[in-house]
Amino acid sequence: MTENVTKKFLYVNRKAPYGTIYALESLEVVLIGAAFEQDVSVAFIDDGVYQLKKDQSTDGIGMKNFSPTYNALGDYEVTQIYVDKESLDERGLTADDLMNLVYEDEDDDYAEKSSISIVNRDELAKLMEQQDVVLSF
Amino acid sequence: MKFGILVNEGPYQHQSSDSAYMFTKAALENGHEIYRVFFYHDGVNNGTRLTVPPQDDRHIVNRWTELGKEHNLDLVVCIAAAQRRGLLDENEAKRQGKDANNIAEGFRISGLGQLIEAGIQSDRLVVFGD
Repeated sequence: MTENVTKKFLYVNRKAPYGTIYALESLEVVLIGAAFEQDVSVAFIDDGVYQLKKDQSTDGIGMKNFSPTYNALGDYEVTQIYVDKESLDERGLTADDLMNLVYEDEDDDYAEKSSISIVNRDELAKLMEQQDVVLSF
Repeated sequence: MKFGILVNEGPYQHQSSDSAYMFTKAALENGHEIYRVFFYHDGVNNGTRLTVPPQDDRHIVNRWTELGKEHNLDLVVCIAAAQRRGLLDENEAKRQGKDANNIAEGFRISGLGQLIEAGIQSDRLVVFGD
């Protein structure tokens, strides 16, 4: 493990959750990466916004519903989650259609706070510009 | 400059693995350093030695092996992605009770931490994927 270096990592999720394995394997990278104590953000754009859709059911497709795992991100101190507003709009989705991902804020008496920020594309572009490492899945 | 390379797509199916190879080769030829090449998703299939392409086509797996040998590259295949897709080295084959292994020369199997570490240690991490 590497000490004393903190970089800004952004994981960009662009694919729907079950059509391909990108979403599942990207989540595995985020969870493993959390152990390295970097400054981590996760963005969901294009069909990637479907990864955070609440009430997912995979009963008809014989695949594991891994969406509950996103709830663990807060415990892994992955608390900066950005969802592209235009991608939601294009798909007829709103913030209410997404899972309620939260974390406990140590600096605020462990108050439960939402990890999700809905952002527009200009804000996302700025976010990407600030990163040291952008991993796109 | 020190580069980390992430290869997310399989050989022949997708140009990503060709592009990653060409980028890596060009970077080395121009005096840059490659910290590590990490193979993820279907990219792990770039590391199976059982690949037999037609004779008049490029041999993507051997090409990585040769470049790796020439420049002492760290070619790392993600263990979780590899297990799903049937790519094993000798140790893993033994551990999983399988009757064979298929990893190509010059590649090694390790965990996703190696990808994160490449992101931390490299000046740039370049992602080749769909």
